[in-house]
Amino acid sequence: ATSLIRVSSMCLNLRKMDQVLDLHQEDFDVTVEPGVTPKGLNSYLRDTGLWFPVDPGADASLCGMAATSASGTNAVRYGTMRGNVLNLEVVLADGTVLHTAGKGRRPRKTSAGYNLTNLFVGSEGTLGIITKATLRLFGIPESMVSAVCSFPSVQSAVDSTVQILQAGVPIARIEFLDDVMINACNRFNNLSYAVTPTLFLEFHGSSKSMEEQVSITEEITWDNGGSDFAWSEDEETRGRLWKARHDAWYAALALRPGCKAYSTDVCVPISRLPQIIVETKEDLIRNNITGPIAGHVGDGNFHCLIVLDPNDPDEVQRVHSFTERLARRALAMDGTCTGEHGIGLGKRALLREEVGLLAIEVMQGLKATLDPKNLMNPGKVL
Amino acid sequence: MLPLRFRRVTMSARVLVGVKRVIDYAVKIRVKPDRTGVVTDGVKHSMNPFCEIAVEEAVKLKEKKLVKEVVAVSCGPQQVQETIRTALAMGADRGIHVEVSGKDYETLGPLQVSKIFAALAKKEQADLIILGKQAIDDDCNQTGQMTAALLDWPQGTFASEVTLEADKLKVVREIDGGLETIKIKLPAVVTADLRLNTPRYATLPNIMKAKKKKIVNVKPADLGVDVSSRLEVLKVDEPPQRQSGVKVETVHDLVEKLKEAGRI
Repeated sequence: ATSLIRVSSMCLNLRKMDQVLDLHQEDFDVTVEPGVTPKGLNSYLRDTGLWFPVDPGADASLCGMAATSASGTNAVRYGTMRGNVLNLEVVLADGTVLHTAGKGRRPRKTSAGYNLTNLFVGSEGTLGIITKATLRLFGIPESMVSAVCSFPSVQSAVDSTVQILQAGVPIARIEFLDDVMINACNRFNNLSYAVTPTLFLEFHGSSKSMEEQVSITEEITWDNGGSDFAWSEDEETRGRLWKARHDAWYAALALRPGCKAYSTDVCVPISRLPQIIVETKEDLIRNNITGPIAGHVGDGNFHCLIVLDPNDPDEVQRVHSFTERLARRALAMDGTCTGEHGIGLGKRALLREEVGLLAIEVMQGLKATLDPKNLMNPGKVL
Repeated sequence: MLPLRFRRVTMSARVLVGVKRVIDYAVKIRVKPDRTGVVTDGVKHSMNPFCEIAVEEAVKLKEKKLVKEVVAVSCGPQQVQETIRTALAMGADRGIHVEVSGKDYETLGPLQVSKIFAALAKKEQADLIILGKQAIDDDCNQTGQMTAALLDWPQGTFASEVTLEADKLKVVREIDGGLETIKIKLPAVVTADLRLNTPRYATLPNIMKAKKKKIVNVKPADLGVDVSSRLEVLKVDEPPQRQSGVKVETVHDLVEKLKEAGRI
């Protein structure tokens, strides 16, 4: 969300503050400093049976993930940072140190006063610098099973998603890849999935519940015309499956060597997903844009991994217009212009359209109160 | 139809797995100011990563029904019980805590540990001992080999693959030149190398179940082992600080500098 720095700014690197503090196993909470990442934290926790499941794909700073309200492939089951931060230590623009829920406090729920913790989550560094985060932990599931299923159409894949959720299957990951994306993955990773809309799924739970979850899901996909439903509990096979998904970015880049990639990010209510993906694909084809689609359909969130030649001004312009249309399409469907990636510089105008003038004024008021001199990541978000 | 001898050896086979409590691999090690050792107080400890791989391999053998019982063993003070509990949560059936503390623990090394394991192997009638190839604190890489020698058992060290074939163990070993495949008779000692497997995480339900599994306390003297050390650590120092490099302007300068340093 924050990729452009103005000439007169300074960047702070907090990487050396890298301690895991205050683990409370029975309470399922832990406090971390900015230098700790999900991989580092989960390695620290490995003997406790606990883990922090929010997984944005990159091994990022957990406090940074709080600042950007990061999400990931298993948000459908475990939520995003918004639901999993219990307390923050924030250094404000005037140098004072704020504990958003009170120093050292970590109840699982509270209704004490204004929710300052969630004010800072997603504020993209514009309201203060996060120096500690108290996070909610989860039990490592006894069993994990991954599955793949091919579908004749986008509609059938998304319909299956909706029905799986409605059936109450506590699905952990449900990822959608369109035919262009699957083709790219096949070529990049030497796989041979059918080149058609595909769902990658993952189930977490006790060994006993796995069979039930998988069989309910398989039936639903079958009813929607799905085929080649394949599942595996074996760790190596699962790893290869998810590698294909996590390599999507590189697989997309490999479609046009020498080009750059740009990812879009919108999120709509799940029932509107088939329509927006179909319309978006038509838009891509009409404008001759290479844009494989991968998405967290369980959240109604998807990304077009657009591959473009940055030296071709016409293509750059076409892509830019496309992304604006896409964002407005999502807004028109009661959605958001950014499900995960944040506002930064590029989506400030869209934020205004999304929340409306009054909400922007309230946000500006909060910003003015907490950072009257506009020192904190100036120019971003608002 | 399996030969009677195979059935007797494998279906009732008991595996001993050694697990060592070490400073966690992610911790930045600091040398004590008196240079007698490294700082261990308040520092995160966990199971030696190669021991995790050893436990995983033993548990896998049990899941394949090729062995009957996995016994986790650790030598040290009260805290090593945490390490044994982790092994139990990964699937070991019971634990043995060999109590060594104080000065004896500070000087405990591969020779004493291998004597302890040899004694336990006889006492428990073990058919297979699986250890990590080395511990990440001392990097000795000796305990497996010494244990096999004391028992006069064959050894398959640096194992990256272990297969049970009738009453023999096929072990693929990682060696400098590549991979070496050997067949050794049971009972035997195997030491686990990095690529042998990926250890499972202990899940909460399994950690809860592990609390009910038994850990028995044993003293080295009960096993007839003298833990006094014949080695004395004289001093411990940090590795020398890395010197910064020097940038030069031209190729000529580079050649001059290399000549100065006696490199060319």
